[in-house]
Amino acid sequence: MKFTGSQNYIATDDLKLAVNAAVTLQRPLLIKGEPGTGKTMLAEEVAAALGKPLLQWHIKSTTKAQQGLYEYDAVSRLRDSQLGEEKVKDIKNYISKGTMWRAFEADEQVVLLIDEIDKADIEFPNDLLRELDRMEFYCYETRETVVAKHRPIIFITSNNEKELPDAFLRRCFFHYIRFPDRNTMQQIVDVHFPGLKKALLKEAMEVFFDIREMPGLKKKPSTSELLDWIKLLVAEDIPPEALKSGDTNKLIPPMYGALLKNEQDVHLFEKLVFLAKRNR
Amino acid sequence: MLIDFFLSLKQHGLPVSVKEYLMLCEAMEKGVIHGSVDDFYHLSRICLVKDEANFDRFDRAFAAYFKGVESLAAVLPADIPEEWLKKLAERLLTEEEKAQVEALGGWDKLMETLKQRLEEQKGRHQGGSKWIGTAGTSPFGAYGYNPEGIRIGQEGSRNRSAVKVWDRREFRDYDDNVELGIRNIQLALRRLRKFAREGAEEELDMDGTIRSTANNAGYLELKLVPERHNKVKVLLFLDIGGSMDDYVHRCEELFSACKTEFKHLEYFYFHNFIYESIWRNNRLRHSEKFSTFDVLHKYGNDYKLIIVGDATMSPYEILQPGGSVEHWNDETGIIWLKRLTDLYRRAIWINPTPEAHWPWTQSIKMVRELMEDRMFPMTVKGLGEGMKALR
Ligand SMILES: Nc1ncnc2c1ncn2[C@@H]1O[C@H](COP(=O)(O)OP(=O)(O)OP(=O)(O)O)[C@@H](O)[C@H]1O
Ligand SMILES: [Mg+2]
Repeated sequence: MKFTGSQNYIATDDLKLAVNAAVTLQRPLLIKGEPGTGKTMLAEEVAAALGKPLLQWHIKSTTKAQQGLYEYDAVSRLRDSQLGEEKVKDIKNYISKGTMWRAFEADEQVVLLIDEIDKADIEFPNDLLRELDRMEFYCYETRETVVAKHRPIIFITSNNEKELPDAFLRRCFFHYIRFPDRNTMQQIVDVHFPGLKKALLKEAMEVFFDIREMPGLKKKPSTSELLDWIKLLVAEDIPPEALKSGDTNKLIPPMYGALLKNEQDVHLFEKLVFLAKRNR
Repeated sequence: MLIDFFLSLKQHGLPVSVKEYLMLCEAMEKGVIHGSVDDFYHLSRICLVKDEANFDRFDRAFAAYFKGVESLAAVLPADIPEEWLKKLAERLLTEEEKAQVEALGGWDKLMETLKQRLEEQKGRHQGGSKWIGTAGTSPFGAYGYNPEGIRIGQEGSRNRSAVKVWDRREFRDYDDNVELGIRNIQLALRRLRKFAREGAEEELDMDGTIRSTANNAGYLELKLVPERHNKVKVLLFLDIGGSMDDYVHRCEELFSACKTEFKHLEYFYFHNFIYESIWRNNRLRHSEKFSTFDVLHKYGNDYKLIIVGDATMSPYEILQPGGSVEHWNDETGIIWLKRLTDLYRRAIWINPTPEAHWPWTQSIKMVRELMEDRMFPMTVKGLGEGMKALR
């Protein structure tokens, strides 16, 4: 069982190595990298490639570790008891299983994605140490220990908004997805637009990497923006020549709004183009 | 060999732990990689380094350790885990070849010969390319270890790019020991934010619970409210009017960028050292003075004090009444700084001067002592450590 990339996803050799280490040793893999570098997609693709179900747990600022295990709805139970409901006698009726519980009890090995762990409180990762290490936890209400039938393959992504605690990091493999170089980016575009004209691709990449190198941008365009932009170019049937910066009147690439989404960035860009025009 | 490698990483100041080292050993044993140094580079990095800020340091450590080494085999001494080699051989040999190995004396014999070969090779150092045997001549070559294997043959190396991954130093910009600049200011911001946001616990809203339970005809209805964030109050003292203006300005920007994250953030300016008056507005320096005493009285000891300055001056400016270069100060700088640090027990000094220069400047040494060693360089890492010291 080995991950070798997929038809829809370009994985560099070092990324494949990281995935395979995580699969073989059954330890979580922590993935960081710029936005849009395919962190979330990785888990989806690995699950698909290995033919395993994918369970996703998306973390928000209010998410608590306990919610991934289970939640006990004491208030409903209290209410039901006041109303004299029959189901109140079995505590199980008030336990709702979280994503980790479902991953642990699955009959086959699953891929578990814990997405954007850095959004949660800084204590969040620490609260999951034992669960990630031993792949088990104790449910106090029902007095049972839930042990993983099959250790899930766990992917954890982070956008670096918060630092993660050392104890947590020691339990993970860590891979940093670098922003794709031209070559890799070309392959990614190929995957999404198999029939794209060579000339258009070349010019589009040229413009894209130029814009990314522009100093002072608040948000550099990422892979997903490039893909959106190319989609527009194709839909509007823009010829490759229109992207050539040699043409004074067409210094502003068509539909660049897909690449620059921040208003300040757009202004900066227009100003620079204006200056460049004037200096010709 | 792995132990040596691990220790050398430690010597290079990487925060590697035994747990992670064992993880690497396990991965080697389970055959995640097969002997190429490039793969070993990546595997050891994903096991041992958990912060891209340390990648560059790792690259340097790795380069130093593996200088000129092209094959793992050259640094793996005789104590390669046997399991690992067995797995390797099993993977790489066809059924037919395995039979041949059996004829040669079985696995043990194979391992023994392989080890022996590794040892010999270590002594010989064949002109830079430290490979084991040559295809066709040694029994190993004959058994055709293929290039993706332990690379006992030479095939694998020829078409490799000349520059090794770790020699490219691609993660230099991620290092958090460089001065604050445009590139790493985001990281610094995050560290500050982390400091500003302390926990987001929920707590029981007693009044709300009573009210809604009453509304609910006595049926219990719990109400929770998020605990208050932004508990942190900061006094920022900035040294202006010197060679460090640019840096100080950057630091100021940094704090104002996350102003909303703090409950209170108050700025004051001083020149070279803190005496009886300070300024609120840099431009009105000569007209609008604030008494330092008033500031001490106004902002209580729940404030944290952050002083930013190069602390570079004549010692008199700290030690002597009248030592200030700008005016006559009745009381020494020491007395003023002590007043501040006595009140604000949580206080740090951020110094934009490169840390390596600190020991050579007497006034920096003095200030550092006065601050009880809580002086930090103005790097992402320094800021991070400073914030920790403020907790
Ligand atoms: N290596 C890749 N191969 C194919 N497509 C990719 C690759 N990397 C990114 N993409 C494209 O970019 C899109 C964004 O990827 P994804 O949402 O996984 O990024 P992310 O790193 O999780 O971003 P964020 O940090 O914003 O959550 C994907 O839907 C995919 O279309
Ligand atoms: Mg994502």
